[in-house]
Amino acid sequence: MLININRKSVENEIPLLGVERLVLQATNINKYFYEPEKFQVLKNISFEANRGEFLALVGKSGCGKSTLLYILSTMDTTYDGKLTMNGERLTGRTQDQLAAFRNEHLGFVFQFHFLLPEFTALQNVMLPALKLGKYSSKEIEERAYQKLKLVDMQDHALKQSAKLSGGQQQRVAIARALINDPTIIMGDEPTGNLDRKNSEVVFEIFKQIAHENNQTIIAVTHDPDFAKGSDRIIEMSDGQIIS
Amino acid sequence: MKLGISLQIAKTHLLTKKRQTLIAMLGVTFGIAMFIVMISVIKGVNKFLEDSALDSSPHIRIYKEITSNHPSIIEEANPSNFNIIYHQLPKNELINIKNGLQIAANIEKEPTILGVSPQISSQVFFNKGPVPFSGQIAGVDVLKEDKLYDLKKRVKSGNLESLLSTPNGILMGKVLARNLNVKVGDKITVTTPTGNLKLVKIVGIFGFGIQTVDGVKCYANMSMVQEILQKDKSFVTDIHIKMKDSQAALKYAKVLKNQYGYKTQDWAEANSAFLAGDKIRNGMVIMVSITLLVVAGFGIYNIMNMNVINKMKDIAILKATGFAGNDIVSIFLIQSIIVGILGALLGIIIGFCLSYLLSSMPFDAGDFLDIKTFPILFEPKYYGLGMIFGITTTILAGYMPARKASKIDPVAILRG
Repeated sequence: MLININRKSVENEIPLLGVERLVLQATNINKYFYEPEKFQVLKNISFEANRGEFLALVGKSGCGKSTLLYILSTMDTTYDGKLTMNGERLTGRTQDQLAAFRNEHLGFVFQFHFLLPEFTALQNVMLPALKLGKYSSKEIEERAYQKLKLVDMQDHALKQSAKLSGGQQQRVAIARALINDPTIIMGDEPTGNLDRKNSEVVFEIFKQIAHENNQTIIAVTHDPDFAKGSDRIIEMSDGQIIS
Repeated sequence: MKLGISLQIAKTHLLTKKRQTLIAMLGVTFGIAMFIVMISVIKGVNKFLEDSALDSSPHIRIYKEITSNHPSIIEEANPSNFNIIYHQLPKNELINIKNGLQIAANIEKEPTILGVSPQISSQVFFNKGPVPFSGQIAGVDVLKEDKLYDLKKRVKSGNLESLLSTPNGILMGKVLARNLNVKVGDKITVTTPTGNLKLVKIVGIFGFGIQTVDGVKCYANMSMVQEILQKDKSFVTDIHIKMKDSQAALKYAKVLKNQYGYKTQDWAEANSAFLAGDKIRNGMVIMVSITLLVVAGFGIYNIMNMNVINKMKDIAILKATGFAGNDIVSIFLIQSIIVGILGALLGIIIGFCLSYLLSSMPFDAGDFLDIKTFPILFEPKYYGLGMIFGITTTILAGYMPARKASKIDPVAILRG
């Protein structure tokens, strides 16, 4: 319902820019688990996201919201339906093509910070950009410092990431997600493992990214405060979007 | 660029797990070091045996073959009859090469020939006291023989030239001389198979370092041996030939056989026992080397496999941030290759040091071989081969875990 209204309003407001504002479109997504027995996790899910939108995916455990997020993330390819991002149809592409797409257009923040423990904070931020190879390594280092500054971690840039606290690691992970200026940033409970204070910090950063940098954020969360502060809440239950 | 970042990640992984890296490396190091030591020892032994066998035997020997395997006159005359012949004996043939000296002179003119030594050779007994010792006497032109076998160097006491000035002098093998308890200047009686006796004087004692030569052989002047065998001045039984290239001798022996009609024997045929030993030893080296390298390979496979399992989370995150399957393969394969290269290099260094130590270790083979330390061959080729083996093994062993890493499903790990 909400989605439809949104789309209409977009089309009504600026019909010419409608396509460009739309950054993610999922149509009729169905997903089954086969272990231990066949079970439909996602039932005919369709939704869209716009540029600069801060979306929160909420729902009870097992409702399929994480599963949906990983399908949107392009890492899970075993689904029926159609997924389009940035005007590119992603369904049916090979793993390597999807990896290249993720590298350039998607950023990830996970519940467990998942930094490479042997590398410094700076190196962790730089890695996806080095992989993309769009800038020289000197420029990449400069950009990585900018992103670390954005999350207020520039003073810890040269520390080994295993030696940072949980909140600090999560901020580095956000900087890493931002390094290639992706269109969409996805979070799987990005504040799930953080205390109140750090959660607020992360939330503020997300809000800033969405509204100032005009990047889309889609985050699965259990945190009601986090969800409340987002632009739009998508609530799921039993494999379907209910609001 | 892409490989650069894989290399950087691989390097960081290796450096943060120094002990694990070292253990993986030592597996390769041990394998390669043992390979180098073994191949150096075995090749050294092979070369030593081959050299000493080749040094003391001619490249080609021409002689007359005496057999009783010829058809009898009766059979030749009546081939269709039913002939029964009992106890056929060999013909009374002379064992000499007709025109031997002339043939030798002709062969010597060839440019590929190093030297030719015609000689008259016979079994004899040496009598000192009541016990006869069997031996072999070769009547030679000692200067020609020297050209073939470098006799001057092999004379242990006395000297070669005094044979020229002593008509009844002989040069005796050192083991035979020791058995007979004779020294230079002593006199000894020689008995020929036909029963002639001659008192000869020992003018020199030589040693080839091979028991089969030093224990039986004596050199004397050709005229003296012809005299005790009651043969004429042109009577020679063997022609020994050395060529500039020992491999060419194998072909040239056949040419000579066709040209002169006498039996020829090349060095490979004469030393076939030595050469068969070579083959067996080489086979052993290959087998043991492969075993060592396979063991080293399994070591690397295990360690890399563990490495991949420990790094599942990192692999998932790399994939999530856009690293493709090939990037993951190269990250882990590069680690194996670095381990392989460093391990093999270290193995080569250790292998060289061990071989060097062995080569200076005293080794007493008694009279059987004239040798003071282990014969070790230092051949760069085998070091290169060790390097190639080491790296190939690690690439093969590292590829499977690397491939497994690239197949990891990031979703399963990131979801927890």
